Amino acid sequence: MSEDITRRIDRSHMRISDEVAIDIRNMNKWYGSFHVLRDIDLTVHRGERIVIAGPSGSGKSTLIRCINRLEEHQSGHIVVDGIELTNDIKNIDKVRSEVGMVFQHFNLFPHLTVLENCTLAPIWVRKVPRKQAEATAMRYLEKVKIPEQAGKYPGQLSGGQQQRVAIARSLCMQPKIMLFDEPTSALDPEMIKEVLDTMIQLAEEGMTMLCVTHEMGFAQAVANRVIFMDQGQIVEQNEPREFFNNPKSERTKLFLSQILGH
Amino acid sequence: MSETHAQTVPFVRDTMLPPAAPPVREAGAVRWLRQNLFSGPLNTVLTILGVLIVWFLVSHFWDWFAHSVWNADSLSDCRRIIAETWGEGARGACWAVVRERWNQYVYGFYPPELYWRPTMAFGLLFVALAPVLFSESVMIRRVVLALATVLTLWLMAVMGAPAAWLVFAAAVLVGALLISERQPSWLLVFSILYPLMGVWFLWGGSAWGPVMVLVGPVLGWIAWRLLGRASALVATVAALVVPLVWWIVFAGDAARDAESIVSLAIPAVASDRFGGFLLSITIGVAGIAMSLPLGIVLALARRSDMFLVKTLAVIFIEFIRGVPLIALLFVASLLLNYFLPPGTTFDIILRVIIMVTLFSAAYMAEVIRGGLAALPKGQYEAADALGLDYWKAQRLIVLPQALKISIPGIVSTFIGMFKDTTLVTFVGLYDPLKSMSDAVRASTSWKGIYWEPYIFVGFIFFLICFGMSRYSMYLERRLARDHR
Repeated sequence: MSEDITRRIDRSHMRISDEVAIDIRNMNKWYGSFHVLRDIDLTVHRGERIVIAGPSGSGKSTLIRCINRLEEHQSGHIVVDGIELTNDIKNIDKVRSEVGMVFQHFNLFPHLTVLENCTLAPIWVRKVPRKQAEATAMRYLEKVKIPEQAGKYPGQLSGGQQQRVAIARSLCMQPKIMLFDEPTSALDPEMIKEVLDTMIQLAEEGMTMLCVTHEMGFAQAVANRVIFMDQGQIVEQNEPREFFNNPKSERTKLFLSQILGH
Repeated sequence: MSETHAQTVPFVRDTMLPPAAPPVREAGAVRWLRQNLFSGPLNTVLTILGVLIVWFLVSHFWDWFAHSVWNADSLSDCRRIIAETWGEGARGACWAVVRERWNQYVYGFYPPELYWRPTMAFGLLFVALAPVLFSESVMIRRVVLALATVLTLWLMAVMGAPAAWLVFAAAVLVGALLISERQPSWLLVFSILYPLMGVWFLWGGSAWGPVMVLVGPVLGWIAWRLLGRASALVATVAALVVPLVWWIVFAGDAARDAESIVSLAIPAVASDRFGGFLLSITIGVAGIAMSLPLGIVLALARRSDMFLVKTLAVIFIEFIRGVPLIALLFVASLLLNYFLPPGTTFDIILRVIIMVTLFSAAYMAEVIRGGLAALPKGQYEAADALGLDYWKAQRLIVLPQALKISIPGIVSTFIGMFKDTTLVTFVGLYDPLKSMSDAVRASTSWKGIYWEPYIFVGFIFFLICFGMSRYSMYLERRLARDHR
């Protein structure tokens, strides 16, 4: 699968700048007394495409959910786009409107049409006029290749289509950073490809992306860095070729043998 | 196997079988009977038993209904007619009481020469409801408004409404019909003004009262705009406090002064003249209109992260739900007078409306909380992730879905509340079921008539409640988004 993807990737826009998009320092998080994230240090530069892998329960989803504060961290610092995440709701909303998120279960709004899903946040958060928001939404729906579904409700679409709408919905806010939380895990194998294609296209355009996924082909083809997490810690991070061919830690080797073995 | 290529195994189908028709076993009616009524021994026994019970009931009541008398002056007159027509000892219903006391059941002791005012208020209620209840269907709005127009104007004319008011009602109704074709959302302005108009039509008095009430929110809005630049918090507080101060301190005097300069009064009708369905519908509509928003606020408060807000909501809901409505009504009618400063007159119907509203709001809050809890967490997260703040997320994402889920429960609460309006009999108001029927029986001509008034009032209640139930089913169908 990896060769299949690599062959057609256009890397001309995938430049990583020196500018820091996300800076996480010494961050810890507990659920009650359970220590989910331990001493996380992570700096993401603009234009980076990071894949976070790891066994379930390793805290990878929690980590990216901390970046737009769907989860609260208890110690350490998270600075996103120059704004530190604290209890200040204004700052949180500002960060959230700059950071797009795609969920495992899509989380489209079932009572709104596809187009309304895409225009809601631009109209109510960014105060974009409706006409303009609709034009933008149609542009992104074309980009994810489902403009003809604009008038339908999410319940009438297939899983893959719903996930592409969810990506378009995030893009309509014109975010600087995109977070993907296992975007293909709830999809049928036939639909995974259409979603990955959309994500690759985004990467080609230079979007800063953090992606929790088990799609190692995608990681090899698109990521510039793969992070491996286990038991709430970053165990290993490296550029993909080195990561897959020459893993350093025993835990990573075990994980890779299990996930690539079959 | 003719459509497979038996000679070229492995098997590849290249011709598709045409779809076959379903097997035809039995004719429709016979099959239906077999499947639904006589599918087995137990079902057969139950069917026969059911038929026997129905037969027993119908045979018992049939001649009572069949011997109905609609034209008579008194109960004894009724009995005489039945005896003459059907023989001595025959039983029969005496619906003549409904015919003779119809106005009393509908309007209570409202002055007959002013019957046209509640009638107009009721007709205009449909103008206020049309954009809210039937916002998506031009056809239904057209039918409802056209019917309301014709019936209201006809009844008002029959009841001798003054020409000026006939013109007013005609202008509003026909105007609403025209506006609803193009811009139904404009009618919402009327929906917002309707409560004050309705109160004025029903109770009469000076129009300056409602106008001065309306000035309150306008002043609040002005305060909010002026202070909004300084601080959002101060502006919000001012927007709430300014109208309250206006209503409590200034509005009464302002209305009196304005009235003495330009009189806008129509004959006043005191609350003790209200009765029958006029009273029930007044309390019911007011309670329904106010308990839904209050219930939403309470439900949100109970799910709030803020300790104080949450605790207050829990205490309120649990207290109100734990106390019988009748106890609350007694509080409204007796105790409230002790707490209020002496000399304040606080209308009894208004007090009852407040109590009924609080009571059903507590139930409503729990119903809506169920809807909120049923929403997947992902919906909240998606709204958060897009940067919507709490109120926008609630208004645009959470409540539309939670309320949709709660429709059956909400309408059940409405229906229960509407039927509970008959309990106002305990605080001396003339509800249609008990007090009004007692009042009817108080006259010598209808002394001793029990079944007919109760059945009649029950039937009217059933019609209204059944209507609400059907509307809720229509709404559920209209809002279904899953499989279209």
